[in-house]
Amino acid sequence: MESKPLTLKVLDIVAILVLVVATYMALNAPTERVMGEVQKVFYFHIGTAWTALLGFILAAVFSVVYLATKDLKWDRLQVASIEVSLVFFLITIVLGSIWARPAWNTWWTWDPRLTTAAVTELIYVAYFMLRQGIDDPDRRARFGAVYALVGGLSAPITFFAIRLFRTIHPVVIGGSNAEAEGGFSMTADMRTAFFFALFAFTIIFIDLFWNRIRLGNLQEKVEQLKLKVTM
Amino acid sequence: MFFQEVTPDTSGYMIAGFVISFVVMGLYVASMYLRSRNLRQDMTLLEEMDQEAQSVAPQKNIAAPAAARPPKTVTKKPAKN
Repeated sequence: MESKPLTLKVLDIVAILVLVVATYMALNAPTERVMGEVQKVFYFHIGTAWTALLGFILAAVFSVVYLATKDLKWDRLQVASIEVSLVFFLITIVLGSIWARPAWNTWWTWDPRLTTAAVTELIYVAYFMLRQGIDDPDRRARFGAVYALVGGLSAPITFFAIRLFRTIHPVVIGGSNAEAEGGFSMTADMRTAFFFALFAFTIIFIDLFWNRIRLGNLQEKVEQLKLKVTM
Repeated sequence: MFFQEVTPDTSGYMIAGFVISFVVMGLYVASMYLRSRNLRQDMTLLEEMDQEAQSVAPQKNIAAPAAARPPKTVTKKPAKN
């Protein structure tokens, strides 16, 4: 395996730095009067959700390109995108649950947003289970692409769930929700922390995505070498 | 909690949230590092095996006389009734 490119090494360092700064900004953002300190997890909650949903949609795009070209490179990009998004979305759900405990007095409720989020996460967990069950690389890639393409629909459904259905999940950005519990208006400092968190998690996502692609390429090389040695 | 006048102390939840975020991300990065290390080890081993196979293969072709080759298996045709 060729050594890590300098750009990626720099990106690794930048990703760590922006994560530290985003944490600092979130912790030093004004405390929300009604919810208290727990509101500060909101910055990471939205940051990870934004990148995860974007990653799932990206994976659907890679699926289309793979099905059109049959080039396994696109399959590796798709896997990388879904894996990183799955981790980020897990953080989103856990942070949401932690926030919900003091705000809604429950860890979990089957609200449309929470339900669609849980379904999305499970869809992509099942994606990896599906891939594990298929040995032939081309068949695995084809099935994975179709699955990721259909699964990609869950990302916009999750995003719009709070805008289309009656839900207690607050709509903080770009709208309001009459039934929402725990909504708040952001001050200028909160907005700064919020937009920096979005930027930080985008950088971290790109960094992890790139690293995961390299891992996928290495896996491919090892599989090819295994075939060569055993033949 | 929204009808109370004093801001509640929810710092424990906040700390738990940040700690879990870092732990999950840390575990993922560690898993990528471990997978990458294992794959590199596999690759080194496979490359060695491949080189050995390549260095042995031409010698076999030169050194192995016809006698050393595996005998052809003769299968008897079933007798016709």
